[in-house]
Amino acid sequence: MTRRLTPAGTVTALVLALCAAVPYLAPALDEPFYVIVFARIMIWAIAAVSLNLIMGYGGMISFGHAVYLGIGGYAVGILGFHDVTSAWVQLPVAIGLSAVVALVFGVICLRTRGIYFIMITLALAQMVYFLSVSAERYGSDDGLNILWRSDFGTRLFDLEDSVVMYYTIFAVLLGCLLVKWRIVMSRFGMVLRASSSNDTRVQAVGVPTFRYRLVAFVIAGVMCGLAGFLQANLERFVSPDMMNWHRSGELILMTVLGGTSTLFGPVVGAVVFLMLSEILSTITIHWHLVFGPFLVLVVLFARGGVMGLLGSRARHD
Amino acid sequence: MCKRILGAVAIVACTSTPASADIKIGFVTTLTTPAAVIGRDMRDAVELALEHIDHRMGQETVEVIYGDDEFNAQKGKQATERLVLRDNVDLVTGYIWSNVLLASAPVVLNADKFLISANAGPSPMAGRRCHQNFFNISWQNDQTPMALGELLNQEEIQTLYVVAPNYVAGQNMVAGVERSFTGEVVGKDMTVWPSQRDWSAELSKIKAAGPEAVFMFYPGPAGPAFVKQYQQAGLIESVPLFSVYTFDSISLPLFQAAGIESVLGSKMTQFWAPDMDNEQNRKFVAAFRDKYGRYPSFYAAQSYDSIFFIKSAVEAVNGNIQDLDGMRAALRKAEFPSVRGTFRMGTNHFPIQNFYERRVVQDTEGNWTTSVGPVVLEDHQDPYAGECAMEG
Amino acid sequence: MDYVLLVEQLLNGFQLGIILFLMAAGLTLVFGIMDLVNLAHGSLFMIGAFVGGTLALATDSFVLGAVLMVPAMFVIGVLLETIALRTLYRRSHLDQVLATFGLILFFNEATRLIWGPEGLVIPLPDFLEGTVALGAGITYPLYRVVIIGVGLLVALGLYLLVAKTRFGMLVRAGASNRTMAGALGVNIPALFTLVFGIGAVLAGLAGLIITPITQAAIGMGEDVLILAFVVIVIGGIGSVRGAFIAAVLTGVIDTMGRSFLDLLLLLVLPANAAEAAGPALASMLIYILMAGILFFRPQGLFPPRGATVIQ
Repeated sequence: MTRRLTPAGTVTALVLALCAAVPYLAPALDEPFYVIVFARIMIWAIAAVSLNLIMGYGGMISFGHAVYLGIGGYAVGILGFHDVTSAWVQLPVAIGLSAVVALVFGVICLRTRGIYFIMITLALAQMVYFLSVSAERYGSDDGLNILWRSDFGTRLFDLEDSVVMYYTIFAVLLGCLLVKWRIVMSRFGMVLRASSSNDTRVQAVGVPTFRYRLVAFVIAGVMCGLAGFLQANLERFVSPDMMNWHRSGELILMTVLGGTSTLFGPVVGAVVFLMLSEILSTITIHWHLVFGPFLVLVVLFARGGVMGLLGSRARHD
Repeated sequence: MCKRILGAVAIVACTSTPASADIKIGFVTTLTTPAAVIGRDMRDAVELALEHIDHRMGQETVEVIYGDDEFNAQKGKQATERLVLRDNVDLVTGYIWSNVLLASAPVVLNADKFLISANAGPSPMAGRRCHQNFFNISWQNDQTPMALGELLNQEEIQTLYVVAPNYVAGQNMVAGVERSFTGEVVGKDMTVWPSQRDWSAELSKIKAAGPEAVFMFYPGPAGPAFVKQYQQAGLIESVPLFSVYTFDSISLPLFQAAGIESVLGSKMTQFWAPDMDNEQNRKFVAAFRDKYGRYPSFYAAQSYDSIFFIKSAVEAVNGNIQDLDGMRAALRKAEFPSVRGTFRMGTNHFPIQNFYERRVVQDTEGNWTTSVGPVVLEDHQDPYAGECAMEG
Repeated sequence: MDYVLLVEQLLNGFQLGIILFLMAAGLTLVFGIMDLVNLAHGSLFMIGAFVGGTLALATDSFVLGAVLMVPAMFVIGVLLETIALRTLYRRSHLDQVLATFGLILFFNEATRLIWGPEGLVIPLPDFLEGTVALGAGITYPLYRVVIIGVGLLVALGLYLLVAKTRFGMLVRAGASNRTMAGALGVNIPALFTLVFGIGAVLAGLAGLIITPITQAAIGMGEDVLILAFVVIVIGGIGSVRGAFIAAVLTGVIDTMGRSFLDLLLLLVLPANAAEAAGPALASMLIYILMAGILFFRPQGLFPPRGATVIQ
């Protein structure tokens, strides 16, 4: 994308460069606070990227995607609560659990389409949400504090070090973008896109689209579970609020804001959404008065989100 | 876009460059969402306190920076981070909600700063998670309902029905009542918080259970809504309603406007009331009413106290707030004019204080307010202090 | 189990269902006919409560306030449709979600600026206070009976409007096949505006009518909105009849779950497990219902006749 250096490519390169430089840039500008802000933004970006894989390319609008944030997060929180802090346990559990949940949910949801798909993903996510609310042992509504970050058992790689934590998140973000890019460019990605525009035709050609879509659904769930794992570690706190429908809605908003079915749109969306909230909310507590109309204007005048505005065409309509 | 973001970052960086004051206090409360009525009362009280101390603690000038928790633990934690890491405040106070406090506490304490809760008093902070730099200037969540349970015993109530929201403070309130109430709890409903605002199902269950009294706890604007429905269900005449933290200067004007006469005479328990007779309280209540045209709530009283509490410590170390040990020693003494009269700090840094009966009355000008009655629990310490391993 | 309690809880559930129906009716028409996902429908619920409440306080009469709210909400709905939403019809659902979410933020903040954070308390007139005896030892709050009555009247009116009038015929035609209705010479923009205005009035009515019970608060419409979406999906999008049945079903099941589920669980679980699982399962109940219905009937219970699959 960056080869031709379109405006969208330039933004992509700049955002990534900014993300890479923040741990050095922010302290130099005497604003160390922004390190944690950017770490948080990148985690949301990972989650949005994972959502976009199924939403932007597969036409599967999941209104319950934040549930994997919660699953990944609670894997750290609950294991930590029982004094299991080893990352070599926590990480496989977070990934495995996300995959299993995504598989089960996928089998149920993928029977439906359109608004019905949206609502059934919401329903399933709400069930997990209420389950976490009722888990009194693990703090119910109030969540769990995480005393120790996941322990990889080596001093060379210690998440308690904030710089290591930051670049771990950055690396995972790059990794997820790479995986997504490879998927989208592959035959698998083509089937996914084709089935979202005309499923019957693809099936008629003899491709079992259900399996393709299910695999994409599981991959997206695992990626988002990874984001939850990172979020729990960064914030040292998990609560049911992580998988509330508001969070799922925000993920959709970030993705649409940045531009669906573009590789990098969700990242830009997360950056714009969260930076704007951060900045506007420090200026006035009435910041929603500006932020709301801004979102409307983006829809009206920037087809395809911010990336669309910058001339990056969506790969399909 | 990127340049714009960077530009905006720069603007924010400029606006938040160190202010002129010597001491910066972060104050986290709820400034948006419906619960912002509480945050407004707290902020008004802090501003009044600053006026009364002429924005000075000893020789030092002082400034308060507010953070909005948006009624959400995650957002409250982020607001705390902003105050600690970006605004570089010297200490942090405020906190209405127990869950916000629990999520935010590590941010402040890990930065080696003092954290003073002006309202929330969740049990972990009083017990196993107590910390040498954490103080509470209000009460531990269990204490007020424990006093209420004692009041119920005094009123010879045998059967009780309990309704409360299902979050940490709600659970603490219920646990507190159950701890001291000697009769039988015939029914208990923990409702979804904060979204549930219609209690028709619970009210029908209460009616069917036929208890001698009902205990409820709903903070903020949810309380009046509950009481209205309780009245509409025809229960208020037949089954007396006991509550904690529900009838205060935030809700009573709403009750009065809606003409719900039956709340007059309602009994509750509390550590403070607007008509408590001491010099600091007289000055506070008169000035607050004069400036804002309404009675202060207990949230306001605690916030007012928090500023004087901090002031006493700053003056004890002659403005050298880097002297954490000196500050801590002074905070432990809690020698300042409190609106509740004198009290002591316990070893877990929670107050040991009296809890009084309090009832809803009409003042001489016809406003509904609350009035303090006899002591229910004297010099009361919370039940978690023993779990706190901090050396006294 | 005590039958008085059972009947009362059924009434409670029915009353909740009525509120959900008033919300869902407008939502299902707007979605079914205009193919617009309007999250701001929850804001209309809130605006109805605040505007109607203010009118009630100004005129010192709750009934007069409610009557005056109807034209006020209609105007607000028409303005919202013509200014902001009309351009969104041809956009994807995702664009609509983003834009109408923006509107929610705007309306919430505007409400806070106008009415303050404390919300609004509307007193009930004396003749609506108190309880009524419904016979057989059942007493029920009078005002909740009134809500049920008003809701049933509106449902009946709406049924007659949709089933018996020319306007209703056009609405049904639009819900089944928009393009065809347009091709046959129906003035689609005017129809859309009218339908949206009616939806706004119904949502506003729902908001106002519940306010004497719950008080008006900023953001009060958001949780109701999600439930209303559940209702229209269960009922079949575009179907007013389906919305009514699904709303009552949802209201009753939710209330019954909150009241009796812990007792039922006690039969199979130890006391402390039942106490913990009861509330959780009760909150999940309607979502389980929806997932179950969608699993077996992916288009809801009553999809409009001849409707194409809505994507």
